[in-house]
Amino acid sequence: MEQPALDGVVQTRGDRPEPLLRCGNTNCGGCGMSIGLNLLSHAVAERPIQMVIPACCGIVTAGAFPYSAYGAPTVAATFASAAAFATGLAHSARINGEKTRVICWAGDGGTYDIGMATLSAAAERNEDILYICYDNEIYGNTGGQRSGATPLGAATSTTPLGKDVEKKDIIAIMAAHRIPYAATLSLAHLDDAMRKLRYAIDAKGFRFVHLLSPCPTGWKSEPADGIELVRLAVRSGLYAILEVFDGRRTVINVEPEMSDPALERYFAEQGRFRKANVDVAKLRASIARQWSEIRARATESR
Amino acid sequence: MTLELLSANHASALAATLAGRANRNARGFGSGVYPITPQTECIELLCNQEFEKGHVVRVESEHSAMGVCMGFALSGVRTFTASSSNGLAYMNENVFAAGFYRLPIVMMAVNRALGPPWNILVDHGDTLSLRDAGWIQLYCEDNQEVADTMLAAYRLAEDKRVLLPAMVCQDAFILSHTMMMTDLPDQAAVDAFLPPLDLPHRIADRPRTVGGLDSPHEIEVHRHQAHAAMEAVLTVYPEVQREFERAFGRKLADPVVSYRADDADVLIVSMGTIAATVRTVVDEARAKGLRVGALRVRMFRPFPEEILKAALAGKKRVGIIDRNLCPGLGGILWAELRGLTEPGCLTQDYIAGVGGGDVRPHHVAWILEDLLSRDAAAPPKFVEVG
Repeated sequence: MEQPALDGVVQTRGDRPEPLLRCGNTNCGGCGMSIGLNLLSHAVAERPIQMVIPACCGIVTAGAFPYSAYGAPTVAATFASAAAFATGLAHSARINGEKTRVICWAGDGGTYDIGMATLSAAAERNEDILYICYDNEIYGNTGGQRSGATPLGAATSTTPLGKDVEKKDIIAIMAAHRIPYAATLSLAHLDDAMRKLRYAIDAKGFRFVHLLSPCPTGWKSEPADGIELVRLAVRSGLYAILEVFDGRRTVINVEPEMSDPALERYFAEQGRFRKANVDVAKLRASIARQWSEIRARATESR
Repeated sequence: MTLELLSANHASALAATLAGRANRNARGFGSGVYPITPQTECIELLCNQEFEKGHVVRVESEHSAMGVCMGFALSGVRTFTASSSNGLAYMNENVFAAGFYRLPIVMMAVNRALGPPWNILVDHGDTLSLRDAGWIQLYCEDNQEVADTMLAAYRLAEDKRVLLPAMVCQDAFILSHTMMMTDLPDQAAVDAFLPPLDLPHRIADRPRTVGGLDSPHEIEVHRHQAHAAMEAVLTVYPEVQREFERAFGRKLADPVVSYRADDADVLIVSMGTIAATVRTVVDEARAKGLRVGALRVRMFRPFPEEILKAALAGKKRVGIIDRNLCPGLGGILWAELRGLTEPGCLTQDYIAGVGGGDVRPHHVAWILEDLLSRDAAAPPKFVEVG
């Protein structure tokens, strides 16, 4: 299994004149989004970028006018419109011969749910946009309601006894659009994450990146445990770390151990799963099915 | 200048094209488009135009059409889109957003009844429901006026004292699908009339967040600024009229168009194409010696209160024809106008022609007869014309 590399994660003078996520932002301690933004900052380095952030915790992060916690020009878009705003910005950069890379930074609500039609259409048009979904599996901004990304069994303020359906397979949905690049990122596998982010920033056309983003507030977990929780999700096979090129070539980046203890610990360490008593044996079957599909696609495309 | 037989849909597409090309030496032209009857021919024609520096994005919904326009506009690009009826209702959130981001987007709106039940004919209720969205609203009477207003709307919206989006409204089918000889200026004249767009708050490379959180005090200031910009429209509009006449050799219609109104005791006030029918009835009444006149409210946002107050001063009876209905209130034009007539003036609302009912001279004659014969104003009266 790939080990995390701390080297290169911390902001250095060589990256950008200032970090993408500035001091004084409002993120909770242990927020996966903060780590994700620091990775993105490092990957972007000195490239000119414009960010589009729809309604989500990520726009609250910016703080109130006239301050901005983002070290890049940022548009606060309406909830469902990140990919539409970004389309306009990306075409503007193109017709004006500018090298600006346009990046959407959106939560799971704005991606899996309300923004899905907009996202799908921008992907279909193969707009020159990097769309990153930091998925905390909950409407965090509004206090923790279920979304299409909330996993089976997770209690939220609108599914108090645990959600009774599985989350959407967003990577399969995006890959079905045959976009140039779709990938999942693990905060516990930083070399892999950095490599993929760097690739995604420079690639042309529509790129989609999914990032499982621990939310101690919504997951009822320890802030310090976020990265470990992601590692457990990867080790258990629950969160597949892969990349899909042109919707056809699938590459598995991290081989899961399919570890049952890891799966059990993943659920045990989050208060949101306490009420539902997730049946690990049943879930194991579902994970096995998911992986057989992934492996079939990965073999075909080899 | 080229005189062509054009529908108002085509006239507005060609006017948007001229305005878009006029920005080629600045940051170009951008558009997000989505079809809806009766606007479709406008965006079809737009999609067949070539832009040296510009792009038309074919999106998946009206909501995204305005989203794409906002992306372009935030980057300082001149933008255009068009919609109608339920499309505008679906776009609603982003219509407000464009107003509050202060982006000078120009949208052609074909007025059509909101469904259900489904009816694709003229009704002003769709755009009037957006009257609080922070957009300039101009309602047109004929195809030439649609073309002229489109060009003027860019000049008005992009003025640094204004910086607000503008909606150019026209009646479904009566204008959108009816061809009329329309005079479109050549590119050089439009280039001279429309300075390159220079959006002071466009995002470029400086780190800052546009449209993020606002504290109560800051939002008070921002809303007040939007209101002040609306008020500035009334100052800038006459300047645009002068520049328009200098550039194209014809007059751009006033915010409120009056007809034989100065010495009239009785006025009929309307919007859009009904005004042409009203004029024929005014002429007939004048021939009988009745002192009747007419007003057409062309600019609905900002609401030209002072102009209307002056026009309504001293009038004894005012009849308002509303081609819209706000259930529980009545006609929206009447609701906004009734406070401006003088005490003692009989002000009566007539709801006529909603959902495309063909308002003919005899309907307006009936309205005038009713207005002249009544002792006191009644609640809004429904005139069946369908």
